[in-house]
Amino acid sequence: MTTLFDILGPRMVGPSSSHTAGACRLGYVVQAILGGMPDRAVVGLHGSFAMTGEGHGTRTAITGGLLGHRPDDERLREAEAEAAEKGLEVEFRKVDLGSDAHPNSAVFEVARAGERIAITGCSIGGGRIRVQEIDGFAVDLSGSLPAIVVVADDVPGTVARITGLIAERGLNVATVRVDRTGRGERALMTIETDEDVPDDVLAELAGQSWVHWIRNVHQLNA
Amino acid sequence: MIRSFADWFEQAGSDGIGLAEFVERREVKETGASREAIRRRIEDALAVMRQAVQEGLEESGTSPSGLTGGRSGRLAGDGPRLLGEGFTAMLSHAIATLETNARMGLIMATPTAGAAGVVPAVLFTLAPVRGWSDEQLVDAMLVAGGAGIIIAERASIAGAGGGCQAETGSAAAMAAAAVTWLEGGSDAQVATAVALTIQGMLGLICDPVAGLVEIPCAYRNASAAVNAVASAEMALAGLDFPIPVDEVVDVMGDVGTKMDVRFRETALGGLAATPAGQEIAARAGMTELVQLQRKGSTRGEGSARFGPS
Repeated sequence: MTTLFDILGPRMVGPSSSHTAGACRLGYVVQAILGGMPDRAVVGLHGSFAMTGEGHGTRTAITGGLLGHRPDDERLREAEAEAAEKGLEVEFRKVDLGSDAHPNSAVFEVARAGERIAITGCSIGGGRIRVQEIDGFAVDLSGSLPAIVVVADDVPGTVARITGLIAERGLNVATVRVDRTGRGERALMTIETDEDVPDDVLAELAGQSWVHWIRNVHQLNA
Repeated sequence: MIRSFADWFEQAGSDGIGLAEFVERREVKETGASREAIRRRIEDALAVMRQAVQEGLEESGTSPSGLTGGRSGRLAGDGPRLLGEGFTAMLSHAIATLETNARMGLIMATPTAGAAGVVPAVLFTLAPVRGWSDEQLVDAMLVAGGAGIIIAERASIAGAGGGCQAETGSAAAMAAAAVTWLEGGSDAQVATAVALTIQGMLGLICDPVAGLVEIPCAYRNASAAVNAVASAEMALAGLDFPIPVDEVVDVMGDVGTKMDVRFRETALGGLAATPAGQEIAARAGMTELVQLQRKGSTRGEGSARFGPS
């Protein structure tokens, strides 16, 4: 469905909604999943991102996103200088993800305080994005809804317990997606909700013995 | 959900409300946002649009590529020539927004970044001349948004989807609808204004030089603004167009899907692939793009749907 502000917007720093605003969003979501600004990021650019990204400030926008800036933040323009100042080291490479990959795709390998994550995503037009893979798990995150990302034991009832805890607080679940490395091993769940999941709910979930890792990805308006 | 202009007019008519209020109520219903929040967000959008025009006019430096920047100020400073002050102002406003965009300035993508100059150029040039209040401009944006939603649903609003006819064409149609409605035009006149605008831009390709949202985009925004005002003026005078607006929009969508991918924002055809265009791309360091242009390749089929917009 097209909403009014899909047409009257996004509010963004130019020049391209897919190559600048979408690129920034990808960087933003990656740092949100990591739990904050990475110390180091290696970003592989595929297809059109690699080919015409230079002229659209794609690299600058991704760096700004990794710093935690949103697509309408005018600090994006100076993102490289800010990254140098704050100790964010970003290296860009050209990659070929094959003909099935979306032409505006990027692969992130990010590290923060010893933790490392690999994330693949793409910019699908109009500033909108999809995160497709986290550490080899298939996901589908848009960043347009708040979400939590959980790695938990792949045992019966896990999804119900997580969504149950969210529902108890009167929050509405919009989408649930589960992927697992193998039967009875670990599963990665992405749960999109209509409103931000409060930190104490997250803390409660994080305290469960069957939860190994959890992150809150706040909504990305703009 | 409004799927056609006919639906929009019929439903607003049966509810006994205007086109702007219909769009506002629909947004309240479908997103849960309050009426006040929606109007505030539109006011914020208008403020960003004004600022983008202003910045573009004042900043004399060029974009990183050197292709745009300083042109809108030069045009405005040259003073009125052929059609008077408003005309020169409108053209310079349209180019100014695209110049701000190219400099990584803050803009409202209305409906896309590449067509962001059209709606502000038309509205902000005509507002003082026609005496529209800020409140009326918010309503005008609702009407523009309604037209844009229908075009996005029935056809496309992105150059990667349907060429420039879909991008600056949609922006111009939105502006024409807003102006015609603000001037007290009937629903039929709003429909005619949109139909006239789109028919005048049918088939226009998207061929950004070096893949950048600069040339011809900045100038296309200026000509799209002219088209919008011309269409509104003809519609308000009661001129008619025999093909219903929804059918005109469908034709635009159809032409877009049949358009060769080289003409849908891939920078592999049109002005982008000319010898001069290739030289600019080479100077900008886009070696891979230039290689594809030289081959006359249509590789990049996928990016036809998802190129810069």
